[in-house]
Amino acid sequence: MAPHDVRAEPDQSEPVAHYRQMLLIRRFEERAARAYTEAKIGGYCHLNLGEEATVVGLMGALRPTDYLFTNYREHGYALARGIDPGRVLAELYGRSDGVSKGWGGSMHLFDASARLLGGYGIVGGQLPLATGAALAIAYRGGNEVVMCQMGDGTTNIGAFHESLNLAALWRLPIVYVVINNQLGMGTSVEQSSAEPELSKRAASYRMHGERVDGNDVQAVREAADRAVAAAREGRPTLLETVSTRLRGHSVVDPASYRSKDEIAAIRAADPLLALADRLLSDGVMTVEDQDRLEESVTAEVAAAVSFADASPAPDVKTLFDYNYATPVPNDLKRLPAQPLFGAVGA
Amino acid sequence: MTVMTYRQAIHDTLRAEMLRDDRVFLIGEEIGIFEGSYKITAGLLSEFGELRVRDTPISEEGFTGAAIGAAMLGLRPVVELMTINFSLLALDQIVNHAAKIHGMFGGQSSVPMVIRTPGGGGQQLGATHSQNVELYYAFVPGLKVVAPSSPADAKTLLLAAIRDDDPVLFLENLALYNTKGDVPDDDVPAEIGRAAVTRSGTDITLIGYSRMAAVGLEVAEKLAADGIDAEVVDLRSLRPLDRETLVQSVRKTHAAVVLEDDWLTYGIGAEIAATISDGAFDQLDAPVRRVAMAEVPLPYAKSLETAALPSPDDVETAIRQTLAAVGRVH
Repeated sequence: MAPHDVRAEPDQSEPVAHYRQMLLIRRFEERAARAYTEAKIGGYCHLNLGEEATVVGLMGALRPTDYLFTNYREHGYALARGIDPGRVLAELYGRSDGVSKGWGGSMHLFDASARLLGGYGIVGGQLPLATGAALAIAYRGGNEVVMCQMGDGTTNIGAFHESLNLAALWRLPIVYVVINNQLGMGTSVEQSSAEPELSKRAASYRMHGERVDGNDVQAVREAADRAVAAAREGRPTLLETVSTRLRGHSVVDPASYRSKDEIAAIRAADPLLALADRLLSDGVMTVEDQDRLEESVTAEVAAAVSFADASPAPDVKTLFDYNYATPVPNDLKRLPAQPLFGAVGA
Repeated sequence: MTVMTYRQAIHDTLRAEMLRDDRVFLIGEEIGIFEGSYKITAGLLSEFGELRVRDTPISEEGFTGAAIGAAMLGLRPVVELMTINFSLLALDQIVNHAAKIHGMFGGQSSVPMVIRTPGGGGQQLGATHSQNVELYYAFVPGLKVVAPSSPADAKTLLLAAIRDDDPVLFLENLALYNTKGDVPDDDVPAEIGRAAVTRSGTDITLIGYSRMAAVGLEVAEKLAADGIDAEVVDLRSLRPLDRETLVQSVRKTHAAVVLEDDWLTYGIGAEIAATISDGAFDQLDAPVRRVAMAEVPLPYAKSLETAALPSPDDVETAIRQTLAAVGRVH
């Protein structure tokens, strides 16, 4: 698809650029939710709705050469990392032009050139991997940084403890970010964590821990800048951002465990609306600017939908293309009904 | 050729590969200052330093996963898991991550790493330290699993594993560490995915890997004196499995005994037997026989441990009974 035309948009100071990225994530995720109900997206689909300020603040702190590992709630990160929304949506659709060629789906976005080294579906699974990527950087004496995103529920799994301990012991260039949206699926942080101020856990590893308002894009950006700068000097950080998931755990979750009062409070704390109000009242953005951004983002998402719709399903002939990176003899490539020795060549 | 132990062959190969390629590094518990629980890494910390011989805390999931992440960035880590029993703590990282990363992301990343780990009972280490759970890994697409039975294979399969771009589980065996044999002096890797016929014969095929391939060879040599000419197939690679070689052997001998150092039910021997059924059903004179461990957590007491583990005598009994059942009595 053609890159969107930025000339039609207002001059983008950093706050306005942040707003645009947040708006893109918002509209993309809303469109993904719709596509899910249209059965264009299968499996699971977890949205970043309500986490836009966090995502954009974090991603702004990274250089293009830095690495990112995330969990399964990662569409927004891919977009903020600059990956074409059409290729992200095509992956959600399971098409051959998707970022993972249709092999990953919503939970497993990967783009080597954007150094997004995977969305991972097993809670905590990405932490040891990200720690190892940071180890590789240290091994080579590089100055890149790894950012490792996770949800609040992840802080109770063994891989969290093991990874933070290794990173602190080995002084690795890594920032661990806990997206505290206050809920696991339906279980609250208070119900699952004896110390609900999750950043305090950093003290167990003599690591710097910090908690920041995840609805404030500038505050997230500044905290992430500090953490990334420290990581570049071999000092890992545990950064906790507190925000609110605007919808259920995944697209199919109606979030019936939330009260009406809670839902009203959540809407009031919407980071996108709050930022728009602030930019307008500070005179940084005009209503006309806002309208033009809305128009341009809407067009970008529409183009992504057209691109994903037009992308072909992966050819069944490619089913065994990624069995191994180094091909070896006797690699079994058979379809369910094929006899063993028809396939092996007896 | 140089005669050396299985332990020495692994040590020397690790050292040679570290000298050849500075992306190769070792990571694991007690491998540096302590020089390894089984002394495979003796002397390597002092020669290569802490960057390349990295001692870890007791965090199998953490450091195995870290090796995967480092491999994704192009390093070639060789993990030592003290025994395969402890690999279960790293199961999620091996099965859900190392095995999946190449395919799940459409071939954009690979995981060029080796996990070295010994299995094996018979050392009175009790139920949790004597298992052979390589089956769990041989089951999983995306992994490669190799299991040398001799010092020569220990060298050539380790060379292949380190130079391969996929995650390879390199299965060692406590009972083999002190065994000796000829080891080639050149550095030509074996081919992962190929079995070897280690003894050619005409009467019956013995199929095994790791310690049981060595036991099979020993029993075959002994039975030759009695006029039983057994062929021995050493699988060497559990994934991919060289079905062609073992089926061809059975089509020649018309009888097979599968040897495994593990429980019988759902085991690797079951896969071998099913493969023979698929590929040589019309050529079999007798049902495929399996020699396998008794289905108990391995006991500590020597008398019970010995009874539970397959022995050379057990192998001989199974061979004689199989041949007798089809009237080829010796």
